[in-house]
Amino acid sequence: MTRAAAVRWTRIALVAGCVLLLEAVCRLHMINPLTLIPPSAMAIAMVRMIASGEMIGDIAHTFSAVAIAAVASVIAGFALGTAIHGVPRVRRAIAPLLASYYAVPVFVFYPLLVALFGLTMLPLIAIAFIAAVPAMVIATLTGLDRVPRVLRKVARVHRMGALRTALLVVLPAALPSLCNGIKLCLAYAFIGVIAGEFILSSGGLGYGIAYAYESFENRPMYGRMLFVLLVAIVVNGLLQVWEVRLNRRRGQA
Amino acid sequence: MPRDHPIQPMIHATMRGVTRVYQAGKPLHALGPIDLDIARGEFFAVVGPSGCGKSTLLDVLAGLNAPTEGSISFEDKPVAGQVPDGVGVVFQEDASFPWLTVRDNVAFGLRRAGMDAAEIARRVEYAVGFMGLRDFATAYPAQLSGGMRQRVCIARTLVLQPRLILLDEPFGALDQQTRLLMGDELLRLWRETGATVLLITHALDEAAMLSDRVGVMSARPGCFIDLVETHWPRDRDSRIVSDEAFGHVTARLWSTLRGESMKAIGRAS
Repeated sequence: MTRAAAVRWTRIALVAGCVLLLEAVCRLHMINPLTLIPPSAMAIAMVRMIASGEMIGDIAHTFSAVAIAAVASVIAGFALGTAIHGVPRVRRAIAPLLASYYAVPVFVFYPLLVALFGLTMLPLIAIAFIAAVPAMVIATLTGLDRVPRVLRKVARVHRMGALRTALLVVLPAALPSLCNGIKLCLAYAFIGVIAGEFILSSGGLGYGIAYAYESFENRPMYGRMLFVLLVAIVVNGLLQVWEVRLNRRRGQA
Repeated sequence: MPRDHPIQPMIHATMRGVTRVYQAGKPLHALGPIDLDIARGEFFAVVGPSGCGKSTLLDVLAGLNAPTEGSISFEDKPVAGQVPDGVGVVFQEDASFPWLTVRDNVAFGLRRAGMDAAEIARRVEYAVGFMGLRDFATAYPAQLSGGMRQRVCIARTLVLQPRLILLDEPFGALDQQTRLLMGDELLRLWRETGATVLLITHALDEAAMLSDRVGVMSARPGCFIDLVETHWPRDRDSRIVSDEAFGHVTARLWSTLRGESMKAIGRAS
């Protein structure tokens, strides 16, 4: 077995061990069932809710908000990052703000966004966008900084115009950093939407979790929580596979 | 590889009164004045102390950098604003595209030029084979050694059939043995293509071994202070380093360069 495979199996065994331990602790009533239900019961509740179609509305609400916020933040972050990179003076002025951005709890603006846009999907998209966009700006700046100057020179030797240089040289060279930015955007968008729904919303998985919590309905609550967790892990895993492949090809794995 | 261009006059590239002054902050006179004629099919090397403007000279001749004063022409046409058609450049740094395979790296310029697929495949196969990369055609640069990556960059230049090849310390990062062998490859390429070559190097032995003429530059601002003709036969290779005349050439280069190198490191000769 290779070292990488051994690490992977150790990781899987660790997670499986934790799940089994939690199952045993819950089954042996060492934890009050009103507080925590066994993972198997969570899984059954999740499958039942999916099969009955009970969660479809919430899933559509949450994931459409996440998708819109993530795509918008990736596009806007990339455009902003490219524009800032092109004007060093502006960059010098903005860099400290970007560096300290995540010290600001952006969720304090959520009530304001609800007041502005009403109890629709818009404040959720807005808060997720606000949380995600700086990650993409920073990733774009890092990516563009890392494009070796010599590659731009090669483009000039091949008499390529600005657009062709950007598409065929700069963008592929910056892709590992951009990929990291996309991953972060998706994570922040997911957190932003779920947390926003949890605080105040008319629907969505976060709203469903909060509603079930307040109604002491443990099975629907944990079923939804497990679903959110699994989706986050799968999406992040897929992006991780893409990133590893990209980096391995470039000898950066 | 058959060449597609018509016969040109003897003088291939010319620099007249070329200077380069960088204006960022305090003006820095980096180069010149330079007057130089490079003959068609000549192998010309440039040596000089660190920071004397060798790379600036190459950038200006390639059209990558505009001269502050003076004029440059290639095949009797002025070089201005962009790299002229027929000029290929190989840089010191690894300039291979890490996201492309060796074959795609080599085909890069041909695809940009809109050439048909069959001709691209023919030229790429030739260049990949010529540079000894056939077994690595589907490999990515990260899977290759530094010397092989530099060969990929040379192959990428070669497929475009440049009439003037500019090399900016292409073997600077390689060990001595690999450099000698790469020098042989370069001489073979030069003989087979008939291209004019300008090589920037800091290695006197490399310049002496490869070139018909070596231009020795002064400390900054770099000007030519000596032009040494080697009189080597055209079918030479790295074994010429054991020739008695090779010692004389390198000795002359060093005797001219020593004082300039001392100046470059801030000590009088």
